[in-house]
Amino acid sequence: MAEAATAVNRSKMTVSDEVAIQITDMNKWYGTFHVLRDINITVNKGERIVVCGPSGSGKSTLIRCINRLEEHQQGQIIVDGTELTSDLKNIDKVRSEVGMVFQHFNLFPHLTILENLTLAPIWVRKVPKKEAEETAMYFLQKVKIPEQAHKYPGQLSGGQQQRVAIARSLCMKPRIMLFDEPTSALDPEMIKEVLDTMISLAEDGMTMICVTHEMGFAQAVANRVIFMDQGQIVEQNEPREFFNNPQSDRTKLFLSQILGH
Amino acid sequence: MALASDAPRAGFRLGILIYDTRYRSLTIQVVFLFLSILFFAWLVTNTIHNLSIKGKDFDFGFLWVRSGYDINQMLIPYSSDSTHGTALLVGLLNTLLLAFLACVLATVLGIAAGVLRLSKNWIVSRLMAVYVETFRNVPVVVWIVLVNAIMSNSMPEPKAFKGATPEHSMFLDAIAVTNRGVYMPAPAFTRGLGSVDMGLFMFNLNFLAILVVIWGSIWSYKWLQRDATTVQNATGVRPVTWWKSAAILVVPIVALLLGLGFHLENPVLKGFNFIGGLQARNSMIAMWLALSIYSATYIAESVRGGILAISRGQTEAALALGLQPGLATRLVVLPQALRVIIPPLISQYLSITKNTSLAIAVGYMDLRSTLGGITMNQTGRELECMLILMGIYLTISLIISAVMNVYNRSIALKER
Amino acid sequence: MTSPLYVRTTMIPPKNPPSSQVGIVHWIRDNLFSSGTNIFLTLAAIYAVYVLVATIGPWLSRSVWNASSLTECRAIIAATYGEGKSGACFAVINERWQQILFGFYPRDLYWRPTLTLVLMLVALGPILFSWVPRAMLWFSVCFPALAFWLLWGGTIWFPVMILVGFAVGYLAYRVVSAINGLAGIIAAIIVPVIWWLYLCGPLSDAVQSVVPIELRALRSADFGGFLLSAVIGISGIAFSLPLGILLALGRQSDMLVVKSFCVAFIEGLRGVPLITLLFTASLLLNYFLPPGTEFDIIMRVIIMVTLFSAAYMAEVIRGGLAALPRGQYEAADALGLDYWQAQRLIIMPQALKVSIPGIVGNFIGLFKDTTLVSFISLQDPLQLVSSIRANTEWNGIYWELFIFVGFLFFIFCFSMSRYSMYLENKLKTDHR
Repeated sequence: MAEAATAVNRSKMTVSDEVAIQITDMNKWYGTFHVLRDINITVNKGERIVVCGPSGSGKSTLIRCINRLEEHQQGQIIVDGTELTSDLKNIDKVRSEVGMVFQHFNLFPHLTILENLTLAPIWVRKVPKKEAEETAMYFLQKVKIPEQAHKYPGQLSGGQQQRVAIARSLCMKPRIMLFDEPTSALDPEMIKEVLDTMISLAEDGMTMICVTHEMGFAQAVANRVIFMDQGQIVEQNEPREFFNNPQSDRTKLFLSQILGH
Repeated sequence: MALASDAPRAGFRLGILIYDTRYRSLTIQVVFLFLSILFFAWLVTNTIHNLSIKGKDFDFGFLWVRSGYDINQMLIPYSSDSTHGTALLVGLLNTLLLAFLACVLATVLGIAAGVLRLSKNWIVSRLMAVYVETFRNVPVVVWIVLVNAIMSNSMPEPKAFKGATPEHSMFLDAIAVTNRGVYMPAPAFTRGLGSVDMGLFMFNLNFLAILVVIWGSIWSYKWLQRDATTVQNATGVRPVTWWKSAAILVVPIVALLLGLGFHLENPVLKGFNFIGGLQARNSMIAMWLALSIYSATYIAESVRGGILAISRGQTEAALALGLQPGLATRLVVLPQALRVIIPPLISQYLSITKNTSLAIAVGYMDLRSTLGGITMNQTGRELECMLILMGIYLTISLIISAVMNVYNRSIALKER
Repeated sequence: MTSPLYVRTTMIPPKNPPSSQVGIVHWIRDNLFSSGTNIFLTLAAIYAVYVLVATIGPWLSRSVWNASSLTECRAIIAATYGEGKSGACFAVINERWQQILFGFYPRDLYWRPTLTLVLMLVALGPILFSWVPRAMLWFSVCFPALAFWLLWGGTIWFPVMILVGFAVGYLAYRVVSAINGLAGIIAAIIVPVIWWLYLCGPLSDAVQSVVPIELRALRSADFGGFLLSAVIGISGIAFSLPLGILLALGRQSDMLVVKSFCVAFIEGLRGVPLITLLFTASLLLNYFLPPGTEFDIIMRVIIMVTLFSAAYMAEVIRGGLAALPRGQYEAADALGLDYWQAQRLIIMPQALKVSIPGIVGNFIGLFKDTTLVSFISLQDPLQLVSSIRANTEWNGIYWELFIFVGFLFFIFCFSMSRYSMYLENKLKTDHR
């Protein structure tokens, strides 16, 4: 677990009153399977939320709904003032403001690292190529792998690939970042480098929603932990209280399993 | 080298050749080589012996002898006074023409069927599955013969187009589908450039001019696109090019055709048959349609496989970055899918080319029918004809394989 | 921000999705009419199905099964359904189906190919399905000889003596290898060859004169129809797999001579159309063999088809070999297995498993390619169809015949491809 995350600089981690994401009475079904049940979440700007729960609890589906990789059938999701409906314009708007990092990185294997980073800015934001490349190099510096810019994803280690994926999202200058189990597919020695990148992102004041089982990360960075089970929010609290004083039995069971006692 | 001298001095034993790793592979190779040489020597001796019994020799001189037979479809001037060599060339061109047409149609059908089979639309995807499974599980020869039978038995005779109130009328007054083949307008030039004699055959200059102009247009189009990319790189906004592209691609060729006095000569019904225009014989239509429809099922499967091989994650990542679905397909899915699709596509082209030899089923005059058919029967030179025939097919195959290898090497994804 | 604490006291039970999200109406809307393109596709597809059904349906429903010529058939249809109506004349199948299945095989001997087919299914059992008792494999091993005897007839002792050759070879190996291992291998090759070349014929004649068991002997010219396709196809399939494995191993080998030979063989055969090879078999083989050699045409075709298919097989298996991780070879070496043991126990089982779709694809291709033998005047189903069509009674008929022939091939090929899918799923042991 990321014990090194003790020296987190919380000076810029301020939560504003502005609402970034508002989810109201949201329900989703896969066929007849009720996968998300009556979800209500309000995320303010600057919040760092960790979502956890047993597998199949719907946590990945939840954040995938936030940029409409999954469709919800009931309720409302408003991201940065834009409601997600079947309106393609709204979907485009939301997607270009919300960055997402996947469990399996999903870098484009046919493009170099630099091309991976500049693809969306050039085609979506209409940024001149040179400028896009400069931005890309800036973020590659930030994730500490500028020297890999001209290699292909297949030539990088898993941890490096995931950091590239984070940089790729950042190049779109998103206001919100979603992380879908970003460290689950990584070897243990690579988890720390990715978590460090995410921590430095939090230190810069990014609004983040992170599905993860890295409890060290949750304690160090999150201002709220949401525990989900059976497609519903079972408990939420600030991290210290959540870990030290869990309320519901399901949370206690889950924590005892994940903390390995 | 103390160790070497310590080795047991058993001297040479036969077993050492088999059990010692140093000699084993060499021994096996020598034995193998010896046996193969023996086998080939045996074949060659037999052949020489057999040829002498039949009073034949081994000579390719017949290629320069008058052929004495007609060919009903030719892309270059040919008559029964031409040589067997020219007949070979006519057949080869017919083979290549058929292969080209079939590759084009099969690609179009195959891509459509492959994409539609992946469609979310249940009826459409089922229908495509039925098409693919039906056609690929029945021999292509059956399809060829069947299409030929439909053309010859179910289509109207040319005379049905005759009279004031004909039973059948020509499509657009230009195309007639009859039991003798499809008659369609022929391209003609009032101010044509003529032909150049290339020794073995005449080369049509109009054709050359058209090719040059089309090539020029495509080249300019590419240049335009590259220019657009430069502008996009500099300013971020890609200039609108579609009308320029359209102009570049269309205007020059139209100008050339007008300049050459291009017009279509429609087939005309005279007596009981059509004259003028182009006639695509039943044999050709049957080969073309059957080969295309059959091969398209294989192409459809590789297209489907290629698209399925791109994980959903790739599309999702592209969408999550804000790329619209169309752009995500164009910039992320397609470039990756093509790497998977193109190699089997090229093998399919190869197999279409080889399958054109099934023309024997319907009497289309391809390479096999001229060189490996009439020429072989008339000259009695089975050995020479078969050697040339196989040599030509082998050359085509090797060329296509070489192209494929170059392509595969150029697209290989870089990994550790 | 309000206090973050929230604890759910009662869990929400699953609810049914809103009615607009389930049921047949939702399914139809979602699958068929979700967008403009989709609506267009659906309508186009429905129209295509309608046209197909509206054309084929009435034609099929007006089938005639009993008539002696196409004219009679048409007369019956005109009489029953009215002038100008078209209908299927399956009477031709009714009259000629035996010919399309068996060619000119004597009618009273149809039981022999039929029995062979049944026995083949029995012999295939232990190979295809793991639940059939292993002991049955002995029957599978003997089946080829039995099939040969049943189909071609003659004395039973000839195929028996051929089989005995294998036993003799094994015996020679056991006896001689006790003295010297190398000599054992040589003996195991040479003794059976001598047996087959010089002893087999006289011995079988001798035994035949003592214990005569024989069936009426048939010539290859009697074979035809689907029987011929099956004989060529199945023999080709049976022989091309082992040959393909050897070629693939040869191509992977470090030995330059062996490797270049295999590459030339594979690329040479893959580069030419099968039809040229069949012509070689029918026209040129006489040049290559010693003068006066009589060589059965079906055997020649089987050899050519096998070689052709083996070249393709080799490439498929090479792909499977290439997909194996390097570590598998190293592990086999580390266990102290020799080359052939490693191939047999470690490498091949995995490589073949990976290549199953390709191998079965090749089998299907080979089976379909047997139709090409009609071009060297063998009586395969297509050749028979064209001779039926050339017949005055049935001149002008084609749909019914091609449907019948196509359907026969379809059943074979389709079931092979389904079986390969079944096998693929079953063998996915490394998959979770």
